[in-house]
Amino acid sequence: MDTKIRIPRHSMIHVLLVIGAILMILPFFWMLLTSFKSVTESTSMNPFVFFPTQWRWGNYIEVLRQNNFPRLYWNTFAMVVLRVICSIVFSAMAAYAFARLKFPGRGFFFGLVLFQMMVPTQIFIIPQYLMVDSLGMRNTIFALLFPGLVSAFGTFLLRQFFMGLPKELEEAAKLDGCNIGQTFLRIMLPLVRSGMVALGIFTALFAFKDLMWPMIVNTNSDAATLSSALAKIQGAYSVDYPELMAASVLAIIPMLILYIIFQKQFIEGVATSGGKL
Amino acid sequence: MSKVVSRRISRQTWSEWSWGWFLIAPTMIGLIVLNIIPIIQTAYLSFFKSGDFGRGNIFVGLDNYRKMFDDVQVWHAVGNTLLYAVLVVPISIALSLIVAVLLNGEIRGKSLYRTIYFIPMVAAPAAVTMVWRWLYNEHFGLINYVLSRIGINAVDWVGNPKVSLISIAIIGIWSVIGYNMVLLLAGLQEIPKDFYEASEIDGASKLRQFFVITLPLLSPTLFFVVVTSVIQAMQVFDVIYMMIDVTSPAYEHTVSLVYLFYNNSFKYSNKGYGSAIVILLLAIIMVITFLQVRGQKKWVNYM
Repeated sequence: MDTKIRIPRHSMIHVLLVIGAILMILPFFWMLLTSFKSVTESTSMNPFVFFPTQWRWGNYIEVLRQNNFPRLYWNTFAMVVLRVICSIVFSAMAAYAFARLKFPGRGFFFGLVLFQMMVPTQIFIIPQYLMVDSLGMRNTIFALLFPGLVSAFGTFLLRQFFMGLPKELEEAAKLDGCNIGQTFLRIMLPLVRSGMVALGIFTALFAFKDLMWPMIVNTNSDAATLSSALAKIQGAYSVDYPELMAASVLAIIPMLILYIIFQKQFIEGVATSGGKL
Repeated sequence: MSKVVSRRISRQTWSEWSWGWFLIAPTMIGLIVLNIIPIIQTAYLSFFKSGDFGRGNIFVGLDNYRKMFDDVQVWHAVGNTLLYAVLVVPISIALSLIVAVLLNGEIRGKSLYRTIYFIPMVAAPAAVTMVWRWLYNEHFGLINYVLSRIGINAVDWVGNPKVSLISIAIIGIWSVIGYNMVLLLAGLQEIPKDFYEASEIDGASKLRQFFVITLPLLSPTLFFVVVTSVIQAMQVFDVIYMMIDVTSPAYEHTVSLVYLFYNNSFKYSNKGYGSAIVILLLAIIMVITFLQVRGQKKWVNYM
């Protein structure tokens, strides 16, 4: 009797989960389908057109012709990679010191790290913009990197990982004659690799999705990122949804491919960093 | 007497100190320049008014704050932001909790489901909002088409001030379910299986198990998800910016504090007023977070 109840219950769960899954990917599916339609097809209500009658690449060609997508990819890529490198390198250094070394000012400085994490990021934006502006660095890759040069979140996250490592490791390294720098680089750093991967994924994801900062600081269309360029493209086309959808597909595809390849790292990265906070 | 010893110890201590300072230097210099000074600067700017053509600051004392409390739009924005948070946070957490609990058992295709539910999280909000706008389109949108097939009249999801905030909240919920689900699922997996086995022997139903075992033991994770979701929701900008133009009839009913901050600081170049708005946002977030931390004793169980 028990099994009789169990089988339908499990299939009910699957029905629910499948409905949810469809709702999750339907917008992407619709984005893709619309990007291949003509304007007439996309606005035909009677009959309603679900699938394009033929797979037209015209919308993509038009969007690529009118916007410098290679440039947008490069700007976004450069910003993401530089932010990932900076946040991992600087955060790992500071995190190790906060987790394992004793020095005057440690409590105070770590307090600043915590304080930064509690403040909404918009509060930094005007002064950061004024700094970039006075350096004459607007519309550059550096401007895109600027707010992500260091990461309080990363410092906090990696500190949690370092604190989870056994103290004996360092004592052994010390006996072997390693100084603090060698212990950090050769012994401790390789052991927090999963933390660094999680931080890298987090940083990349949020840098890629950020809209306000690139919109403010890089107003030239050649200096935009994929996100900020989309905001401009929407204003320019407004009604031509097939072309807007083609542009959206082009903008989300790099991160989507990365996600599909590294899905395990993405999800584990989010799960472990959430648990560590 | 122990001069040699004390000097050796102090040299070692000194080495640890200097390593410590050296290692934290880049992060701390960065944080001070990029974050700590800007907080002070934003607070300072909120007492100034940008001169004409954006140049030259005029000290106006508390005028920006006075203006803010008389500004209907600021109150609209506070209301909209809070309403958005009230819609998105409970619904998204409830749905992600359901999905997480369903996935926590011995379900086939678990990792496939997890992968799919997380997808909205990896797409840029700018692109996501564009396709939702298209789905919401009054005349040609898929949603209204489906509704028309079941006999419901077309809804102006984006332009109608009465529904536009709900439409925006739906996008917000849809985007964040996967993220919360992954965090909650990690929390669920920490709960020892023995608890369930023991209560099964006692004859507890699944529903009872959920309320007696799952919820209390998940409460620390749940608390973390609630606090971060509220902070995130209070900072909503991207979706509203991409969906509602300043000229839209729904603008007043959807503009959030951050959107208002953006418009005042960068569109109308009144950085002083923009700063005052963002200080207000900071104050609201601080108060809400403080209340949540105070309130956690009532429902969060740390083992």
